[in-house]
Amino acid sequence: MSQLSSADTETPEATAPEIDEAREAVLADITARLGDGVVGSHIRPGDDLWIRVDRANWVAAAEAAKAMGYRFFDFLSAIDWLPSPFGRDMDSQEDRIVSGTPAKEPEAMVQGYAGGETRFQLLARVYSISAGMGITFKCDLPDDDLTAATWTNVYAGANWHEREAREMFGFSFDGHPNMINLYLPADFVGHPLRKDFPLLARRVRPWPGIVDVEPMPGVADEEGEGE
Amino acid sequence: MTAISDPQSVAALAADAVDNRVNLDFETEGMTLNMGPQHPATHGTLRIIARLDGEQVISAEPMCGYMHRGYEKLTEVRTYPQINALINRIDWLGSFANEVPFILAAEKLMGVEAPPRAQWIRTILFEMSRIANISLFLGDFGLQLGGMTAGFYAFRDREWVLNQIESATGGRFHPNFDRIGGLKDDLPKGWIESSHIAMDKLLAFCDELEDLLVGNEIFQGRTRGIGVIPADIALSYGLSGANLRASGVDWDLRRDNCPPGLVYDKADWKVWTHPDGDCFARTWVRLQETREAAKIVKQLLDTIPSGPVMAKVPRIIKVPEGEAYVATENPLGEMGYYVVSKGDLVPFRVKIRSASFNNISIVPWVARGAYVPDLISILGSLYFILGDIDR
Amino acid sequence: MTLLLASFAPPYWLSTLIKVLVISAVVPTTALILGMVFLFKIMSWMQSRLGPQEAGPRGTLQLLADGVKFLQKEDIAPNGADLWVFKVAPLVVLMSTLLLYVALPASMHLVVADLDVGVFFVLAISSLSVIGVLMAGWASASKYSLMGALRAAGQLIAYELPMVLAVIGVVIQAGTMSLNGIVLAQNNGSIFGWGGIGFPYILTQFVGFFIFIAAVQAELTQPPFDMPVAESEIVSGYQVEYTGFRFLIFFLAEFATAFAFAAIAAVLFLGGWAVPWLPTSSDWYYVLGPIVLFAKVMMVAFIIFWVRFTYPRFREDQLQSLAWKVLIPLALVNIVVTAVLKVVL
Repeated sequence: MSQLSSADTETPEATAPEIDEAREAVLADITARLGDGVVGSHIRPGDDLWIRVDRANWVAAAEAAKAMGYRFFDFLSAIDWLPSPFGRDMDSQEDRIVSGTPAKEPEAMVQGYAGGETRFQLLARVYSISAGMGITFKCDLPDDDLTAATWTNVYAGANWHEREAREMFGFSFDGHPNMINLYLPADFVGHPLRKDFPLLARRVRPWPGIVDVEPMPGVADEEGEGE
Repeated sequence: MTAISDPQSVAALAADAVDNRVNLDFETEGMTLNMGPQHPATHGTLRIIARLDGEQVISAEPMCGYMHRGYEKLTEVRTYPQINALINRIDWLGSFANEVPFILAAEKLMGVEAPPRAQWIRTILFEMSRIANISLFLGDFGLQLGGMTAGFYAFRDREWVLNQIESATGGRFHPNFDRIGGLKDDLPKGWIESSHIAMDKLLAFCDELEDLLVGNEIFQGRTRGIGVIPADIALSYGLSGANLRASGVDWDLRRDNCPPGLVYDKADWKVWTHPDGDCFARTWVRLQETREAAKIVKQLLDTIPSGPVMAKVPRIIKVPEGEAYVATENPLGEMGYYVVSKGDLVPFRVKIRSASFNNISIVPWVARGAYVPDLISILGSLYFILGDIDR
Repeated sequence: MTLLLASFAPPYWLSTLIKVLVISAVVPTTALILGMVFLFKIMSWMQSRLGPQEAGPRGTLQLLADGVKFLQKEDIAPNGADLWVFKVAPLVVLMSTLLLYVALPASMHLVVADLDVGVFFVLAISSLSVIGVLMAGWASASKYSLMGALRAAGQLIAYELPMVLAVIGVVIQAGTMSLNGIVLAQNNGSIFGWGGIGFPYILTQFVGFFIFIAAVQAELTQPPFDMPVAESEIVSGYQVEYTGFRFLIFFLAEFATAFAFAAIAAVLFLGGWAVPWLPTSSDWYYVLGPIVLFAKVMMVAFIIFWVRFTYPRFREDQLQSLAWKVLIPLALVNIVVTAVLKVVL
């Protein structure tokens, strides 16, 4: 089997910026399929390709990528671009709550590669085994309407990833077959991976105490289960 | 590229009904069996809620989260060296392998490259952690199927590798040895010779296990044709590692998309695939991978260059602004870290793509129609570590 | 010695009392010895570890310590359990084991009841344990127990047949169903006229021996046939809700039955308590008989436990198809061939 490295041809001079021809071709292909859906992109030559699509074309982007041979589903998650109001030190979170130090001046919100206008961005990555390249998709979600269409009909593996994104960030995915919590208990309040959800030490948020065994999902009356 | 065998195409025909099954329909016929968080067959606290009809599984829904430690939230308040110590504990059997993709992502953003000697040693320790991880799988799979002797042999022979890792890094299970720019320390004296001996013992162990377990007719009766996963279903779920190669997909991140910083191209080795996609194929591929890893280590041991093990990096590590995703072929599959940095001591967001998360999300699909003993076979052959699923 | 014993004619109640005491002493002892030697030591050495070392010299008293530990545990039953059935189930299993020892001969006269239909009695009694297993599984009010009991019911009943059929070949050759009679036939027999080692039936009934050992593995629910008690799946199956003394009874019954079956195999196929060069009427057998039988039992038990520690377990349907499609036809062919050769030769 031949070496499946990315087939980019780098320009030999160090002065001119490198052009990753293979990835440029992929970007052109996706733009041709999605048209105005592609609202931003970034290529790091020889390394990776970022494409930002708008919300209406989120599933169309997945279908386009799968049609182009990007059949391996890597992951689907999100980024919360709000700078943490608690500061970034280990103990600063606790200090603010406990000793009431004044909040830091909130920094400006700056999105990363391929741009963005909103606080929350969906992040997904798919990979093509034959081409040896991957595409990282991003998608803006407006703050007042954190919904997107589900990817499970295109990539079955997105099922669990979207469940995790929902409970961690508070999104909802239209058309997802089984939207229950993945990691957290069913009665958990809050969305932990949001920046304004503080990571508090036990001193501040006490242990919830003895809790009853959580009933099986959907089963109202309990039979005696053998464990 | 992918050889689709008949069992695969038959299994693919039933793919449409799968996601409806994942949603629990609250049927009242049949029995609900709760293979609860405490169970000998699940490698840790995984809970499988199985709806049975006699001995056949109608639906099997894994519920994870019993070991969720909130790694992604923690990485937002820990410095890079601190995160290195944390992520050792994601896949605790091959723990050196967890550090490597993260360190490589940080090095990519910083533009730092580790010196050649460090790259060699990193690759050798990576392969040793693969051997440590998969040899336990080989023994443990026998244990789950009832041949408990295999488990003991695996633990006995794994000690050789763990001793090597300990003498180099100081920790059998959590080495915490990788640093941005290289490694923490150089190798102790005599390590190369003793590693050669350890690899020979491991190769003998693989032969012994093949005799004891893999060649056994009962084992083959329990694993052949069970839990067939066709190649395109595997890709769509994001299955990786030996699970994917056992379905006939010839893809290995070490050979095909090796991140700079690991030196797999300096050794002569082979990628093993199997066309069947059943439990036996996954076990067989992992057995061959262990042998291949031992051979890689022996070759790299002979060619380690001399030199420093640490590049010039500042004492306080501030990674410049940017985003990077680096994935490596970990023992469990593809593990990757998507690091978003804002030029600070602490990353802005780290998304940990762990292999077992995707590997286990396929269980509802694979378990339809299987018997309860086959469920154990399937779970065992997919091979997960709870820390990897739950992070 | 025989004359001395002939003059000792105790009244019925005394002889019955002696027999009961003998069995109740022998059964736990054999279970203990078998468990200690094979389960702890031999299994450990096969798995390249040492086994128990602390209790007693070289760990030999470990089972005694385990027994005491079990005795002092709290006697609990699950919430929805059918209490009466739950408590009686282990006793039913133990009862069939105790009755098995009634027919086992340790010597010409060292047998509790020298039955004319010894083989038939033994095989029939061993089937009673199935009832106990089913009672245990149902009464435990736990899904794992129920699954284990249902698997056990299917398996134990299925493997009765190969066991019975395998033994018929021996009965044909010996011409009698009495266990002592079979020992005498083997001792007095000769291979093509040479009476040097008598005629142990394993030489001609090797197929029967193999089927019998396989069926014994299944009757004891040992790997590779231990689906009912699959440790890594349904965690002890029908025994999962039993603790303390009741679990000890199950454990005792399993190992005592293993000893009994190994003894039956030794009697039927290896010549029992007799050694070939000593005629069975000799008085030495009062001492030598049990020793010889014990040695042969250890050999057979080694085979049983060696297979136990090595093989993975069959799935339930593979197990059943092995019994019905392989072992039973093989046993039937064995019977036919034996009968024909017995008449012809």
